[in-house]
Amino acid sequence: MTQAAYVRTEMAPEKAPPVTSSGIIGWMRKNLFDGWLNSILTIVSLIAVGALLYEILPWMFRSSWTANSLNECREQIKEVYGPDASGACWAVIRERYAQLTFGFYPSELYWRPILAFILLLGALAPVLFTSLPRKLLWFSGLYPFIATWLLWGGSVWGPLSALAGFIFGFAALKLITPRYGAILGVISAIVVAILWWVAISGPVATTLESLIPISLEPVKSRNFGGFMLSVTIGITGIAASLPIGILLALGRRSDLLIVKALCVGFIEFIRGVPLITLLFVASTLLNIFLPPGTDFDIIVRVMIMVTLFSAAYMAEVIRGGLAALPRGQYEAADALGLDYWQAQRLVIMPQALKISIPGIVGTFIGLFKDTTLVMIIGLMDPLGLSTAIRANQEWNGIVWELYGFIALVFWIFCFSMSRYSMYLERKLQTENH
Amino acid sequence: MTALTDPPKESFRLSMLIYDTRYRSMTIQVVALMGFMLLFAWIISNTLQNLSALGKPVDFGFLFEPAGYDINQRLIEYNSQDTHLRAAFVGLLNTLLVAALGCALATILGVIIGVLRLSHNWIVARLMTVYIEAFRNVPVLLWIVLVMAIMIETMPAPREFRGENPTASMLFGDSVAITNRGVYIPEPLFSRSLGDISVFGAFDISLDLIAFLVALFGGIYASKLVKRRADRIQAATGERPTTWHIRLGLVVIPPVAVLIALGFYLGYPELKGFNFKGGIHMRNSLIALWLALSLYTAAFIAEAVRAGILAISKGQTEAAYALGLSRSQTMNLVILPQAARVIIPPLISQYLNLTKNSSLAIAVGYMDITGTLGGITMNQTGRELESILLLMAIYLSISLSISAVMNWYNKRVKLVER
Repeated sequence: MTQAAYVRTEMAPEKAPPVTSSGIIGWMRKNLFDGWLNSILTIVSLIAVGALLYEILPWMFRSSWTANSLNECREQIKEVYGPDASGACWAVIRERYAQLTFGFYPSELYWRPILAFILLLGALAPVLFTSLPRKLLWFSGLYPFIATWLLWGGSVWGPLSALAGFIFGFAALKLITPRYGAILGVISAIVVAILWWVAISGPVATTLESLIPISLEPVKSRNFGGFMLSVTIGITGIAASLPIGILLALGRRSDLLIVKALCVGFIEFIRGVPLITLLFVASTLLNIFLPPGTDFDIIVRVMIMVTLFSAAYMAEVIRGGLAALPRGQYEAADALGLDYWQAQRLVIMPQALKISIPGIVGTFIGLFKDTTLVMIIGLMDPLGLSTAIRANQEWNGIVWELYGFIALVFWIFCFSMSRYSMYLERKLQTENH
Repeated sequence: MTALTDPPKESFRLSMLIYDTRYRSMTIQVVALMGFMLLFAWIISNTLQNLSALGKPVDFGFLFEPAGYDINQRLIEYNSQDTHLRAAFVGLLNTLLVAALGCALATILGVIIGVLRLSHNWIVARLMTVYIEAFRNVPVLLWIVLVMAIMIETMPAPREFRGENPTASMLFGDSVAITNRGVYIPEPLFSRSLGDISVFGAFDISLDLIAFLVALFGGIYASKLVKRRADRIQAATGERPTTWHIRLGLVVIPPVAVLIALGFYLGYPELKGFNFKGGIHMRNSLIALWLALSLYTAAFIAEAVRAGILAISKGQTEAAYALGLSRSQTMNLVILPQAARVIIPPLISQYLNLTKNSSLAIAVGYMDITGTLGGITMNQTGRELESILLLMAIYLSISLSISAVMNWYNKRVKLVER
């Protein structure tokens, strides 16, 4: 029996990896100094970041919060930090933040938009997070009427009687559908609601107001401004453009030739022109298109146009989601005996909307950013106010502080929307990976 | 025994229009069409009624009346005695100019940023992410207004270039001056110029430019021919003749020869009096619009480029190496053609967005088509309906032509699947 001269019976102890490939040095070698090109890139970017921070940080912190004009600001900074120092004049934000937030809304009524905004968070919560009790959705449904009343003021019976239109329409739907079928149910619901709004709702509201007067001090639309205006237009557009977009997308994919042609025409027309031309329509032409003597609120006109604009983009996004669904899903729904609307509601839309979440949220973000365009037709959104502030004698010459602040607020809104869409995508991820 | 009986003949009832799926779609369509036509008729009748009450029936005659206002940036001859139509055309050219400049810069920036975002270099990739998130999440109008404000407030005035110890100096060997009135750059001039040619008597085009372009594209076409010949030789014999020096010469020499023949030289901007004279004056509004639109759109293009590169699986590279292709051949023959198919459609739609966003020019006073036709002309003549309809028609035709290009491209590169 031959015996091996040497057989190791126990494992040699593991050696630590070389210092150059592990720990922080290894990470730096791998990610920062991997080859000469990468090393140059790293060094150049480090120098760039360093130079930028060297400029920005002292500027940001050698600042003045208390001055009342740009000149006073500069003098204060020179006094404190020496004659060569230049610093940010954040005082403009301190002095004007109320205006940048609320525009020319009467300052003793600021509690109303603030309350509306807090309630908005409450109304959005059950929509955004499904873990909350579903009963809260009733509040979300009521929120538009509460917010309208809080922001514009006036009699409480106006929004309530508008709400009543929806209730009567819904009642008609429930009454007619079991006896005469879904189509007649829907038609009668629409007819009842429109009849209510056009003919009955106004007198009823007036009568109720004279009987039981409950009203807030009315605020004119031209006093709206600042971020309040952007959020009001943005949220309305977001809430209204999704359902309209879904209908347009379904219409565009429909077999009904005329319906399809109408939807394609609408979508392509809206997508082919810049939003600014539609806002011109809102500010100058909409009154010409309506019966003589009609004159309704400029903000409402802008909301309609912004909604139609993003609905067309939304329709294209959702159409992409619908096209991405395998045919088998449609056929399976048909095989189960579901009719068109049941199939859409229970099988197709939940999946198609899930696929198109990034696009939908992208459209929302675009819409919110586009609310700044109302500045061009003379509404006082943050950018419009910034022009006014810069034209003011005290703040003439201010640039970075003002636009930096506005950009930061917009950035926070839009970035949180895009993060939420990523969260939603992860949560709805059902495939196994 | 079974007897064959006809099914009972259905008589047509009115309710079948709704309940019978054979007729229902017809009913819906007819109702939709009627509803649409009623709405349309209602709007038109309202419009006519309102306009006649205002005393200005629809009439495009104002387009041929003298405009009476000046346009500070014009690519073709224009003065305030010219018609509104010509003013609109000057504006349209300005729109196309800023759109072309913007698309070019945005593509360059976007491709660089998109590629760098995929870099293995941690810090570079992070920086590019910061750039993209910063620019995508802030309204483009804010960028436009911000760049305009920076140009006006922080750039030196022309007088600061004067004197013994000027506080500001020109860049690139005294050829470029950045002032708060705009940027002055050298202009190409020709000592033996061929002069201009008039097109339809409406505007002039420089013959020098035409000669240069003809030489350039002729050279490119000749170079293509050489490449085709090399391809043929390679297909027949397997040997590829070295052609890069011939092709480079064909592209470079003819345009340079034309430039020399025409006596090309640069006219530099010079400080005279209170302002710079000579050179090309790029106004603040153009610079603001151009930079802001490019920086903003570049963030979106970068994302498209990144998605396109990520869409090509690593197996493609490996397969190309396995076939013995070199690195550059792999890139040119395998990766780029596939990535381009993914990248180009969103790229073109970003070009479209940039063109539409250029209508924000009105916020900084750049005289594009929105500023002329939709701005001053509309306000001076009070012809809102006609101006806006015309404006929409113009933008719509630009958009539709860009989409037509995109559809043509998509059809051409569509994967042929079995």
